[in-house]
Amino acid sequence: MLAFIIRRIVQSALVMLVVALVAFALFRYVGDPISSMVGQETSLADREALRTTLGLNDPFIVQFGRFIGNAIQGDFGISYRLQQPVMELILQRLPATLELALVSGLAAFIFGVSAGVYTALNRRGFLSTGIMAVSLIGVSLPTFLIGILLIWLFAVELQWLPSFGRGDTVALPGGWTTGFLTSSGRQSLILPAITLGLFQMTLIMRLVRAEMLEVLRTDYIKFARARGLSNRTVHFGHALKNTLVPVITITGLQLGAIIAFAIITETVFQWPGVGALFINSVRAVDVPVMAAYLVLIALIFVIINLIVDLLYYVVDPRLRVERGAARH
Amino acid sequence: MTEPLLSVRDLVVEFPTRRGMLRALDGVSFDIAPGEVLGMVGESGAGKSITGAAIIGLIEPPGRIVRGEIRLAGERIDNLPPEAMRRIRGKRIGMVFQDPLTSLNPLYTVARQLIETIRVHLDMSEAEARAHAIGLLDRVGIPAAARRIDDYPHHFSGGMRQRVVIALALAAEPELVIADEPTTALDVSVQSQIIDVLKEICAERGAAVMLITHDMGVIAETADRVAVLYAGRMAEIGPVRDVILNASHPYTSGLMASIPTLVQDTDRLVQIPGSMPRLNAIPSGCAFNPRCNQAFERCRIEQPPLIDVAPRHAAACWLAEEETKNDG
Ligand SMILES: Nc1ncnc2c1ncn2[C@@H]1O[C@H](COP(=O)(O)OP(=O)(O)OP(=O)(O)O)[C@@H](O)[C@H]1O
Ligand code: SF4
Ligand SMILES: [Mg+2]
Repeated sequence: MLAFIIRRIVQSALVMLVVALVAFALFRYVGDPISSMVGQETSLADREALRTTLGLNDPFIVQFGRFIGNAIQGDFGISYRLQQPVMELILQRLPATLELALVSGLAAFIFGVSAGVYTALNRRGFLSTGIMAVSLIGVSLPTFLIGILLIWLFAVELQWLPSFGRGDTVALPGGWTTGFLTSSGRQSLILPAITLGLFQMTLIMRLVRAEMLEVLRTDYIKFARARGLSNRTVHFGHALKNTLVPVITITGLQLGAIIAFAIITETVFQWPGVGALFINSVRAVDVPVMAAYLVLIALIFVIINLIVDLLYYVVDPRLRVERGAARH
Repeated sequence: MTEPLLSVRDLVVEFPTRRGMLRALDGVSFDIAPGEVLGMVGESGAGKSITGAAIIGLIEPPGRIVRGEIRLAGERIDNLPPEAMRRIRGKRIGMVFQDPLTSLNPLYTVARQLIETIRVHLDMSEAEARAHAIGLLDRVGIPAAARRIDDYPHHFSGGMRQRVVIALALAAEPELVIADEPTTALDVSVQSQIIDVLKEICAERGAAVMLITHDMGVIAETADRVAVLYAGRMAEIGPVRDVILNASHPYTSGLMASIPTLVQDTDRLVQIPGSMPRLNAIPSGCAFNPRCNQAFERCRIEQPPLIDVAPRHAAACWLAEEETKNDG
């Protein structure tokens, strides 16, 4: 177990190193950091001096080492556009993105698993056929279109829900701002959460359905029935757990994808999260923010992956191979 | 004669498919007396497993019983409501499947699977069920049962797993055990041990066994009577000794001649030429007629019924009728 965790952590660190290299290359070689800092009229000599003081003339490896050292301390430099430390900017906006991703991820998982199980158990049912048809629309419509349709229906026509922003937020200790505690915050969350989660939900649903149908055909399910266990026990005690083993992996990765895809949803709903920050930074070629965003998203992916692997390990006893386990 | 424990009469099972209706069982009838071991043999696809599935009420839809009846201790069980049938499965009829590697749920310990089965059928507390389970494992020959019970299926070898499966099938002391090729998937070295365990325990509890197998040697040693299926029809049924020594159906004779353990002079081993017809291309008259070297005109037109050739010994072959006529 410990060896497994250490191995996974080392692998994760390697992945982060590669991402940091890409982020650094972006930071260092896309555009000229100096011209982003100084005015048009600065002389070439002055520029060269600044270059040396900033260490931009040092060997590549030294610069990269410095970049990593700073990044580990959370220092990604100053935003060209907003003239504020990048980390500060990101931390301000992270709660908005994480709350949105959490709610839509949770909703996608709960509804996706329920609908997947339902359609697998009632394969030929009327409702199942309906759900499957609707889910096809869910996977084929692009996110921004779903967002715009929802805004049109619920914000413009029915006027039930707000169409943009995060509503009122409450500051919590530790610099976290939450929208969960105000009614306008909760209402503002609904449409973006649906927009962001719909695709993942249909994906999870189809996956659960296919996996469950597969499991229901296995010998151990037939044997469970032959032992006289009730349908309930067979379906929810035996089949569901086996279905969820592979689903966990995909769902975990989906959570990472949700955070990454939040860019589109945040743009459509003017949601003040890191995705929107990233888009605005791309427009302004604000390279430090872009680099930091890249590293952050990679870090989230890597952490989720690590958690998923550990969960997998907890759920599936076959992976817990102690030494000399296959006794006879 | 005592009332049969199991009585199958004129059983017809069909599977609707795109290429028309497949008749997997066509008018199969047989009895099993309390405590009796009935062997069932026949080529792959003859309908052995379907017969077992029909008895225990687990034919996979859209397949269904279209005619005939199945009685357990005189009571019809083929048309019971699902819940009533579920209470019979495991409690009065136990089932052992072919592959012990896939018959057990990999995510649950042996203890959990045993205890849940016991508690579904017997009124026991968790602790009582556990004690009962340990006793069962001990009885089927699992060493250190009290400790091994908390292991997962993958901790056991194939032979040990099949012992666990037998313990599960016998957990609620059923009157009938259907064993569908219980040793085919096992190492040759443990096959006879498993058959012995099954036979002994069933004998000591007075449970009848329907033993499906390809191995005539096992039938000869284990069974009281043997039923030979061919293309979904009963070809011959009778006491093992009678059938082996006086096979009255040319298919049975061919089957005996192709079995090394029964033929001393291995040069005389013969395979029946040709192969069993597909279910959608069964010839008219006797289903065996294209492969039968004794077929005559009538065989191609009229389907032979089961004809008594000796007390409790019958064969579905027109030759049998000739013989009984000549005798009389
Ligand atoms: N789900 C199904 N759909 C269509 N046909 C089926 C289905 N299940 C079984 N059959 C048909 O029923 C026939 C009998 O199958 P069965 O499994 O009883 O054979 P068997 O005698 O047990 O053979 P084996 O020795 O290979 O286990 C086969 O020809 C098969 O094609
Ligand atoms: S009925 Fe005819 S074809 Fe069928 S087994 Fe007997 S002799 Fe052969
Ligand atoms: Mg079979």
